[in-house]
Amino acid sequence: MLVSVYRYNPEKDEAPYMQDYEITVPGNKDVMVLDILHMVKEQDPTLAFRRSCREGVCGSDGVSINGKNGLACITPISEPTKGKMDKLVLRPLPGLPVIRDLVIDMSLFYKQYEKIKPYLMNDKPAPAIERLQTPEERAKLDGLYECILCACCSTACPSFWWNPDKFVGPSGLLQAYRFLADSRDTSTADRLAELSDPFSVFRCRGIMNCVNVCPKGLNPTRAIGHIRNMLLNQQV
Amino acid sequence: MVASVTNLGRSGLYDWVIQRLTAVILALYTLFLLGFVIASPDLQFAQWQGLFAQTWMKMFTLVALMSICAHAWVGMWTISTDYLKATAVRFAFQLVCAGFLFVYLVWGIDILWSV
Ligand code: SF4
Ligand code: SF4
Ligand code: FES
Repeated sequence: MLVSVYRYNPEKDEAPYMQDYEITVPGNKDVMVLDILHMVKEQDPTLAFRRSCREGVCGSDGVSINGKNGLACITPISEPTKGKMDKLVLRPLPGLPVIRDLVIDMSLFYKQYEKIKPYLMNDKPAPAIERLQTPEERAKLDGLYECILCACCSTACPSFWWNPDKFVGPSGLLQAYRFLADSRDTSTADRLAELSDPFSVFRCRGIMNCVNVCPKGLNPTRAIGHIRNMLLNQQV
Repeated sequence: MVASVTNLGRSGLYDWVIQRLTAVILALYTLFLLGFVIASPDLQFAQWQGLFAQTWMKMFTLVALMSICAHAWVGMWTISTDYLKATAVRFAFQLVCAGFLFVYLVWGIDILWSV
């Protein structure tokens, strides 16, 4: 199969370019895109990409595969090629600076994550045992805590492309709601106050690109809707 | 918290509410005018003027006029902060928009009160 990969080494190249590789998949099996990347790297060791767990847990190998963001390690090649297994186009996640080839600089993405204070804040004295939750309270965190911060969603979001420094983005907002919804967190009002400006939350235009690409099947748009309702309820 | 001096409602929430509220008002106004035109097949100038001469219609039109200005400002402000990255260009664009909207509002009120 033809594999076209985005190449850019700022130390050598004046501009990014696409490099084509011809890859023969042993037994024509439906392998993962990450396997293809490894085969390309065998041919050409200069290729740089990130990966670690190779099973959809660490979130380090988000790439744009035939135009759609996803984790290379859990995307079978039949999916982006619609069963034809003829051609793969691999590019870095869009919208963030490229460090080299498929490796992007995620600083802005992490800065937004940091901004929403992704940890429990509780001003009551710490109990002798854990802070307990009812099963119902715990159930509210389902669909939120599973985020692996792969950035597939935020880098698919046009609002994040235009304002990556001001709009928290789908991933950060999903996490923001994860802590707003947690019964053990007591700083809901402060958290909401931090989010009420015109950019942090309200840049979301409900395009739902984030939902479309999330490899964990999460729904940031719904979480953003919940945050908006909380802000509204707090004001009226 | 991201601070911004040029947005209308001072908070994202107010802008968001303004946008939705004005959209409803504008939809009602449009439907009403459409209904009026359909309900009066041979519409004459006198009838049209008679409609706008009534105080409630003046108020309704005024509210719609203000709604369209607020709606347009929030929308144009959003577009400008999405796509115009150079501060001077963005500010100039916002100034032009504000100028147009202000003229439309004053002009509209002037027309309305001359009926
Ligand atoms: S729904 Fe909102 S957060 Fe998700 S991609 Fe669209 S604008 Fe971005
Ligand atoms: S919400 Fe989904 S796509 Fe976004 S960072 Fe989390 S796991 Fe990745
Ligand atoms: S390598 Fe860890 S998510 Fe793909």
